[in-house]
Amino acid sequence: MPLVLSSILILLAGAALALLLRAHPSRAQAAGVWSAAAASAAGLFAAARVLLTGRPEAFSAAWNVPLGSLTFSLDPLAAFFLVPVFLLSGLAAVYGAGYLKAYAGRKPLGLAWAAFNLLTASMAVVFTAANAVLFMTGWELMAASSFLLVLFEHEKPQARRAGFIYLAAGGAGALMLLAFFSLLAPASGPLDFASFRGLSGGAAAAAFLLALTGFGLKAGFIPLHVWLPEAHPAAPSHVSAVMSGVMIKTGVYGLVRALSFLKPWPEWWGWTVLALGAASCLGGALFALAQHELKRVLAYSSIENVGIILLALGLGMTGSAHGADALAALAFAGALLHVLNHSLFKGLLFMGAGSVLHGAGTAELEALGGLAKRMPSTALLFLAGSAAACALPPFNGFAGEFLIYLGSFRSVTATGPAALAGVLAGLALASAGALAAAAFVRAGGTAFLGEPRAARTAAAHEAGAAMLAPMYVLAALCLAAGLAAPLLLGPAAAAAAAAFGAPLGAAAALDASGPLLWVSGSGLALLALAAAVAAARRYCLGGRKPAEAGTWDCGYAAPSPRMQYGASSFSQPLTDFFQPLLRKLGQYPVISEYFPARASFSTEAQAVFYNSFYMPAAARIRDLAYRFSWLQHGRLQIYILYIVVTLMGLLLWKL
Amino acid sequence: MHTLAELVIVFVILLDLALAVTGSLSTCIRLVAAQGVVAGLLPLLAGGHFQPRAALFAGAIVTLKGAVFPWLLLRARDKSGAGRDVEPLITYPASVLLCLGAFIASSWLGSRLPLPATGVAWIVPASLATIFAGFLLITTRTKAITQVLGYLVIENGIYIFGLALFVEQPLMVELAILLDVFVAVFVMGIAIFHISREFDHIDTAELSELSDWRRGEYGR
Repeated sequence: MPLVLSSILILLAGAALALLLRAHPSRAQAAGVWSAAAASAAGLFAAARVLLTGRPEAFSAAWNVPLGSLTFSLDPLAAFFLVPVFLLSGLAAVYGAGYLKAYAGRKPLGLAWAAFNLLTASMAVVFTAANAVLFMTGWELMAASSFLLVLFEHEKPQARRAGFIYLAAGGAGALMLLAFFSLLAPASGPLDFASFRGLSGGAAAAAFLLALTGFGLKAGFIPLHVWLPEAHPAAPSHVSAVMSGVMIKTGVYGLVRALSFLKPWPEWWGWTVLALGAASCLGGALFALAQHELKRVLAYSSIENVGIILLALGLGMTGSAHGADALAALAFAGALLHVLNHSLFKGLLFMGAGSVLHGAGTAELEALGGLAKRMPSTALLFLAGSAAACALPPFNGFAGEFLIYLGSFRSVTATGPAALAGVLAGLALASAGALAAAAFVRAGGTAFLGEPRAARTAAAHEAGAAMLAPMYVLAALCLAAGLAAPLLLGPAAAAAAAAFGAPLGAAAALDASGPLLWVSGSGLALLALAAAVAAARRYCLGGRKPAEAGTWDCGYAAPSPRMQYGASSFSQPLTDFFQPLLRKLGQYPVISEYFPARASFSTEAQAVFYNSFYMPAAARIRDLAYRFSWLQHGRLQIYILYIVVTLMGLLLWKL
Repeated sequence: MHTLAELVIVFVILLDLALAVTGSLSTCIRLVAAQGVVAGLLPLLAGGHFQPRAALFAGAIVTLKGAVFPWLLLRARDKSGAGRDVEPLITYPASVLLCLGAFIASSWLGSRLPLPATGVAWIVPASLATIFAGFLLITTRTKAITQVLGYLVIENGIYIFGLALFVEQPLMVELAILLDVFVAVFVMGIAIFHISREFDHIDTAELSELSDWRRGEYGR
């Protein structure tokens, strides 16, 4: 525990130092990067130690804030979530040192680094806090520091809009959490997690719904995701990596913690979570397919992956409600494993998108193309990340989903509603996987293959070593985590056991290690096969250089890059099919003559939930508020009268 | 001994009613000053034996409320060119009725409040009624100067209420309140003067044009 606390203190000190040195951007940046790296090393060591020994650590001290106490607890669950926090934020800091160089002199880098380190520190507090006041302090600091980072390029109207939506979503979520914690509050004394009282019946259901909405607004599953596709692309890419990779996981962690307070779970909770997860993983993948900007594609893919995690949690909850503990344990272990895996590959992908943005000056898919020749390392790394995101072995995305599939297949053999849950989860997961694969083929193919679609893209350059090195590390980790999945199963099961009790954790380790060994073995075989093919090609070529020729160009006399398949043409069959859901706007030319004149074509992806649900709801609330505008006169006397009447009312009420 | 104090209490209540019906601004200022003076003398009449510290304190209150405040307020009235009338938002009979209603409510409240027994009868209802009267002045009169007056009346009420609770005089507390009120009246006197210079009037109802709220600007 002292190690984690000292890493939090190092981060805070680094943030203060970066702020103090803001007049010298390079020094401020050095302070930010080095403190992040040092804190990450210390924090990773502490978290790994708890995971390997399985012994929880704790620290407690009095705090003069009402209901608060400085109670930290580092159990396997917290440690399991802390690993990606420190891993990704340390690597993102190194990446950011290269990425933010282009902004030196134009942007307050000292403030950006202070906010980045504060974000990491507050996430560490959120994961280790064992007191509601301390937790909420970390939670709000996390929201505030990431808000500053979303507004990094505040001169862009999109970024300001994203910041506003993010702030509103964060505020609404925090409000729900305050209500949630007050429901659990003990009769007296500080709001320590250990002293929470057990709830049952309606109060438990209310607490569950509050936790689901409050934490869901941070986790960003559908329909609470509206801020996510706005805020993640707006932030600088290394921050997007941290936000998408680990910050939204604070919502998942909070939900898991909340569920651990509220055991046993009624069956409908499981179905609710399962349905939300299914909607989120299908919807996220589908919307990812319709986006025109690389980082927005990745943001929607994050929604999909949070959906997968939620789906697994829901499957586990329904299983547990029906007494199928072995099945539930598989699902929970799969959910937690996917948390780790998603943070690795999504961090890698956002950094890859950042390199594209950095090298080509834009991340609009319709302007990219041909980057594989200009940015070979980024292309290779993005391909690795995409393979992991599509859950293709031997990369790590497969391992977690495999456990969830295994859980859903096991439940199919059971009788009753648990079987139905398994079938639904398996179906949703498989369809979402197919859609996600299409989305990543589209995004990666459009950006890296073919010919540049804009002059600016043709002049793209490869990212520097500071940006590529963290990406190589992450790609290697993605591969390693995929091959070493049986080794990660133990910690994931221990984390689930720490949250939900031994029967829902440890069983998974025994149950799934055999099949996971097969997965690793086949992954290794696949790698060996790829190596053999490469060696055979090398041998057959025998040192000769292979000839290069143009791709078949359909017999056009003078093909131009504009004749390539674009991102929207690639996905048109699929997006047209789902048009009732996607509601994309488009203008299609009607060709009626033999010699068509100039024509133009456009499609625009819509933020469907924001436009069709949240905006009308907000307008309704505003109309309702205007009904009370007669209360608002601007007359001093009336306001004083309001105060007097309120005070009198309170006095009479208390008499 | 207490009959004298009770007489003062009756006088305070009558002053509240008088404030509700008085239309002249300068009379209002003098009525508030008179109320402050009798309230300041109350501890001497109720305290039993003579204490030099209490006498000193009463002297300070009487000087401030009876001489300094009226002088400041009358000066502010003259300099700001405020009219002679208090310009109420409701009629005078309505003000009196509200004041009487407030007195009934405060006698009920006084019987319900869990307070230690006091030697002087009606002291708690009278103090509450005075506080209500102050609120009445603030909320139903348009001029800024009457709001200052209402503030002073509330202070008188709080002072009498404090007497009812602590007969042995928490001097420091009262002194602190008095200092607050002094600064407040001083600042308000200056502020009213400046507001009237900028806007040619001190009608707070018209000051609403300073607020950021415009009726119908955002609405449908």
